[in-house]
Amino acid sequence: MITWANFGSQLFNGLALGALLALIASGLTIIYGTLGVLNLAHGAMFMLGGYAGYMTYQASGSFVAAVAAGTLALGVLGIAMERVVIRYFYARPHEDQLLVTFGLAIVFVEAVRWYFSSDSKTVQAPAALQGITNMGFMFYPTYRLAVVGICAVALLALFVVLYRTRLGMIVRAGIEDSVMVDSLGINVDRVFMVVFGIGAMAAGFAGIINAPIVSLAPEVGEQILVQTFVVVVIGGVGSFPGAVLGGLIAGEIISLTSMVNPGYAYVMLFAAMTLVLMLRPRGLLGKLGRE
Amino acid sequence: MNADRIYSPRRPLLVETITALALIAAPFVLPLFDAAPNTVNRILVWGLFGIGFDILFGYTGLLSFGQSALYGTGGFVAAYLLTRTGFPHVISALFIGMVAAAAVGYLVGLVALRRTGIYFAMITIAIAEVFFFVEFNPLSEWTGGENGLPGVPTPSLDLGFANLQFTTGWALYPFLAACYFIGIVVALRIVRSPVGAVLRAIRENPLRAAAVGHNIHGYKLTAFVIAAAYAGFAGGLLGVMQAFMPPDAFMFETSGQLVMQTAIGGRGTLFGPLAGAAVWLFLQDFLQSTLDLGATWKLVLGLVFVILVCFLRQGIIGGLRDLYGLVHRKKRGSASAESARKTVSTSPMPAHALPNGHTGPVLQAVGLTKHYGGLAANEGIDFSVNAGEVRGVIGPNGAGKTTFFKMLTCEVPPTAGKILFRGRDISGMSVTDVCQLGLTKSYQVNQLFNRLTVRENVSIAALAALRGKFRLDFMRSLHRVQGLDERVEQTLQLVNLASRRDTPVAELAYGEKRRLEIGLALASSPSLLLLDEPLAGMSPRERIETVELLKSIARGRTMVVIDHDIDSLFELAERVTVLQEGRVLVEGAPDEIKRNAAVQEAYLGGVNGEMSGAH
Repeated sequence: MITWANFGSQLFNGLALGALLALIASGLTIIYGTLGVLNLAHGAMFMLGGYAGYMTYQASGSFVAAVAAGTLALGVLGIAMERVVIRYFYARPHEDQLLVTFGLAIVFVEAVRWYFSSDSKTVQAPAALQGITNMGFMFYPTYRLAVVGICAVALLALFVVLYRTRLGMIVRAGIEDSVMVDSLGINVDRVFMVVFGIGAMAAGFAGIINAPIVSLAPEVGEQILVQTFVVVVIGGVGSFPGAVLGGLIAGEIISLTSMVNPGYAYVMLFAAMTLVLMLRPRGLLGKLGRE
Repeated sequence: MNADRIYSPRRPLLVETITALALIAAPFVLPLFDAAPNTVNRILVWGLFGIGFDILFGYTGLLSFGQSALYGTGGFVAAYLLTRTGFPHVISALFIGMVAAAAVGYLVGLVALRRTGIYFAMITIAIAEVFFFVEFNPLSEWTGGENGLPGVPTPSLDLGFANLQFTTGWALYPFLAACYFIGIVVALRIVRSPVGAVLRAIRENPLRAAAVGHNIHGYKLTAFVIAAAYAGFAGGLLGVMQAFMPPDAFMFETSGQLVMQTAIGGRGTLFGPLAGAAVWLFLQDFLQSTLDLGATWKLVLGLVFVILVCFLRQGIIGGLRDLYGLVHRKKRGSASAESARKTVSTSPMPAHALPNGHTGPVLQAVGLTKHYGGLAANEGIDFSVNAGEVRGVIGPNGAGKTTFFKMLTCEVPPTAGKILFRGRDISGMSVTDVCQLGLTKSYQVNQLFNRLTVRENVSIAALAALRGKFRLDFMRSLHRVQGLDERVEQTLQLVNLASRRDTPVAELAYGEKRRLEIGLALASSPSLLLLDEPLAGMSPRERIETVELLKSIARGRTMVVIDHDIDSLFELAERVTVLQEGRVLVEGAPDEIKRNAAVQEAYLGGVNGEMSGAH
């Protein structure tokens, strides 16, 4: 039965999922836009963020510490990954970049499975955010409501970094024309490393924020990655606003379709993507001429 | 293992024969190494699945992570027919599954191929995920949902005098081996056909493949459908082999495993997926049972895969081939010198015949204008070239010469104005169609097919002229294409690369690459040839040689040449057009241009306003 309360709560679920997807997709899209590498391990990094947070949560009992640890750990991992592997692939064909990040994704997932087993793990939301909030017209889980706010703050932080700092200016210029930025004497090498780190942090942060909603398992990243791709295709590769818009659209499509019949959620998502590809192949907010 | 070469090896059926012998020997040899028949059968199914994928990925350069969708489609269609409808004939069911997968592949390809590169990878992943969910939910009544379809029968073959039953284990092996063998034979024909050559060209340089006149979208879609057909048939075999069609055929992991096996074995070899599957499955058995690693085997395989991608780019077979190449380097060198001596008579190459009834200029541009945002790159250019003329175009940097050329070849659409080629309005046509009409260009920056040889490069361009922009002549071997060898030889002689015909482009000197660049344009025997800075980056000696080369090419041809080397250009061209700031400054014979005050001023950097009346 579809009631107004049900509809309202699905609408908010979509918002929460959408905000999360927007965050993950932003990380993916700025990495691709700047470095030219599509990181197929991005979903696995989302998952790792959750597990890093889980370990900290087990040790300290603090959710805030878990979020900080999940984010930082992934920042460090991202930088390490860029230094040790990814940077040797900038000059290689796209296919090789896809293959190596795909391989890394498998290594990450299987390493977690080996260490933590396949059993799912849960992380509790902080006490203040547990329970249900009366929103006047309906009751809604407080933490999910908080997720919308938390993701909005994180996206705002990303926005500030991208649009209000020197680094962000270089990153955006790099997305426009990386050859030009290179020839301007900017240390692209370091910028690339930092961007990969920031993208990884966004994924890790989303991973631990999501952990109280969906319990952790080694394969949580895979589904999120596929959804993130749809978000990026809808929004336009390399576009930060596109990632946010695409995330919200995808979140609502999944959520509202699930209300009617969960089996069709992906079909609708795919239909939306196909529609965008037919009518506007570059994505809603994508620039012409980007591949 | 020379499947990557366009020209068939000296012994044409060698690969096929070795494959047949190996497949026949396998059931006698492999048991000595304790190989389980089921593992061998699974390797064959993965290998067959991978042949199609290799044509898509290894040959055409399209990395799809969505092959599970087609594998599952073929498998479930065949299994549904056999288990739910009482359809009696296993082999026919497999073919129906294959056709269904190919049809689905066509539709999926239409969507996925709207974009290339990483977009293509992302879209195929998304599509595969949709199929997985559709199988589990909306279609679960037909597919059995998470239970799959049990009870798939095994094939039998009634030969009249004997009824062959293929059950399980080694008894099923002959059937699977026969399927694999047919699959390889067909695939070898495809990759040795003109279509195979074009697919490789698309992998190496899609832009140039389109510019020399191939409909690359059509060919990509073809490769996608071929891959889908192989996937569909292999999916059906999976059900037959297990007597059960498992729903996990549709899982993303299936696609991932296929990609990894192909990369491990070696892409672009056709046999790579088989080798990769063998490594994968034997290693899995070994790690799981012998080393007792349990579920950790996948972690080890993942690490092995990452290391392999980092250090052994072309996989196991590619690595072996490189090793073989190193050992036999000297031998090969003397062999190619020998083949160079064999010359072909070089009658002058025909240009596209001018159609009857058309007189007047070959090319005419009227009011051609291109604006990029607020910037006018070209403004109202009127330009006309007569048949047999050699026209030079000069102008300072930023005068809009390259934009002008790009509009003429329809690489960029003009903002205003129109282009008439042999009396026909070509503005708005695609670069491929224009090339097919007989107008093509050599590029300022080399656009070659880097991993192919000189001869293969020229063949790609010649094929477009000889076969048209799209033709599915899979079963024709490349050297059977009428007139191809002659035309390739003539072109090689003309650009003086005949002695380098078997050298990969990557090993050519810069000057040789520039000549090949011109050769690619020549091989499509255009009736109008545009040359964009043919002398760019050359040493003084190379310039002199190339000017001589261009003079010999110019005989009987119509050419428009852009270059900065004004002396060379004046030597070459009968008339010269000078562009400045996107407009025609002046046009005339070289001597007039040399004396023209406005031109001198433009080159010496005069004030622009003073020259507007120069016409």
